[in-house]
Amino acid sequence: MSGDTLLEVDDLRVTFPTRTGLVQAVRGVSFSLGRERLGIVGESGSGKSQTGRAIMGLTPPQAEVSAKKLAFGGIDLLSISPRQRRSLRGNRIAMILQDPKYSLDPVMTIGRQIIETLRTHEKVSKAEARERALAMLQAVQIRDPARVFDLYPHEVSGGMGQRAMIAMMLVTGPELMIADEPTSALDVTVQLDVLKILDKLVAERGMGLIFISHDLRLVSSFCDRVVVMYAGKVVEQIKASELRDAQHPYTRGLLNCMPRIGFERHPLPVLDRKPEWAA
Amino acid sequence: MTAAIAIQGLEVVFDRFRALKGVSLEVREGESYGLVGESGSGKSTLLKAITGLAPVASGTVTVNGKPLGKTRDKAFYREVQMVFQDPYGSLHPRQTVDRLLQEPLAIHGIADGEKRIERALDEVGLGKGFRFRYAHQLSGGQRQRVAIARALILEPSILLLDEPTSALDASVQAEVLNLLEEVRRRRKLTFLMVSHDLAIITHMCERLMVMQNGEAVETLTASQLIGHRVSEDYTRNLLRASEGFVRA
Repeated sequence: MSGDTLLEVDDLRVTFPTRTGLVQAVRGVSFSLGRERLGIVGESGSGKSQTGRAIMGLTPPQAEVSAKKLAFGGIDLLSISPRQRRSLRGNRIAMILQDPKYSLDPVMTIGRQIIETLRTHEKVSKAEARERALAMLQAVQIRDPARVFDLYPHEVSGGMGQRAMIAMMLVTGPELMIADEPTSALDVTVQLDVLKILDKLVAERGMGLIFISHDLRLVSSFCDRVVVMYAGKVVEQIKASELRDAQHPYTRGLLNCMPRIGFERHPLPVLDRKPEWAA
Repeated sequence: MTAAIAIQGLEVVFDRFRALKGVSLEVREGESYGLVGESGSGKSTLLKAITGLAPVASGTVTVNGKPLGKTRDKAFYREVQMVFQDPYGSLHPRQTVDRLLQEPLAIHGIADGEKRIERALDEVGLGKGFRFRYAHQLSGGQRQRVAIARALILEPSILLLDEPTSALDASVQAEVLNLLEEVRRRRKLTFLMVSHDLAIITHMCERLMVMQNGEAVETLTASQLIGHRVSEDYTRNLLRASEGFVRA
């Protein structure tokens, strides 16, 4: 781990009330994060997104979040007021969501959305805000920032929309970025462009990044460290470079079951889920 | 060998947008053929044009030696069935599995429904216990199995597969791909499969066509692709992208 600890998560639990009783989506997740890239991998229902949302403070109101410790830069996230939480959210902690089609405001131009984020958290003049928004669009490698500034989300492609989303999240200079499936809705080639931009900006600005994804291979090629989740629990934490030597059968199964070019296996190995993994 | 599907100069136009710009391809009988491309490349439109779900502007489609006209008759749908991408959208939410599987049988006036439904469910690895459940009581993988059972129940010779596993988790994807390979072997089916994932296509198909902007970029065998013996830059880019992120 590099540098000081940015985020500490100890025994995080997220519980949802349902008609059939309480359901724990996250069941005692612990990890810490420095200024590094951490991947959280798991399949649908593993609790990876709820973990990210709990850190961000976006858990639905009916659900309950508890933890022995959930601290960001020394601030106890669970005991501060909603007002203090809001001042962190979008400012020092930012989040990129999966699909720009749904996460951007459809009736607001891209430029106005970026400026809104900026002016919510910082006292800057309209002119300066515009300057910084344009510079940010430039930083995410949008070729003609002035044109894109005035476009509505439906007028841009998925890749462009996701860049705009990244620009909006980075404009306040956050220390922690949570990216929940940031490239899953994009085509493979665009995916790599967006990842490259994200990688560069995270490295330049020395941010901590939590990269949530179902794609173990993508995460391992992008992150320094990987947390593998299954049924709301962390089953393995491993350095991305050592993923080949993963110990847990679930991690190994997940790596193995994907078809790979040049490695013919018929039939594909399938996961033999053991009840004790979820225990 | 006869071609199961032969397509010549197929054009599909939505209003003024040309979604397919003169695409030709030939799928041999018993072959598994893949279509790869990014969103908007026209790969799904091609499948839809074969089934009569997209407005064909010009070009010909021949299935098992028979040229297709403007409309498709019942006999066509006994030969050609399709499995769609999203198992959450392609099953009727208020029908039981049993009812879903009876629909094609009723349309085609097939008598031995009882036996066929049992066999179809058995074949896709869902026991009789699933017969009277609703789609919302099933997982994504189980739903896709039902969709496959529905396609197989008419005993078609050709299966059109439109991203059959992209909505599924990786481990479930492996199970569904294995199932598809198994039914193809058992029933000697012809597959025409669409995917954006090169690894899946090389795993499932013998030959493939790379598409971009409604046009064919190139046609390859799986082994050419595995050996990186491709001639177009676009295909090379796709190959590179499929290897994951590489830090510069």
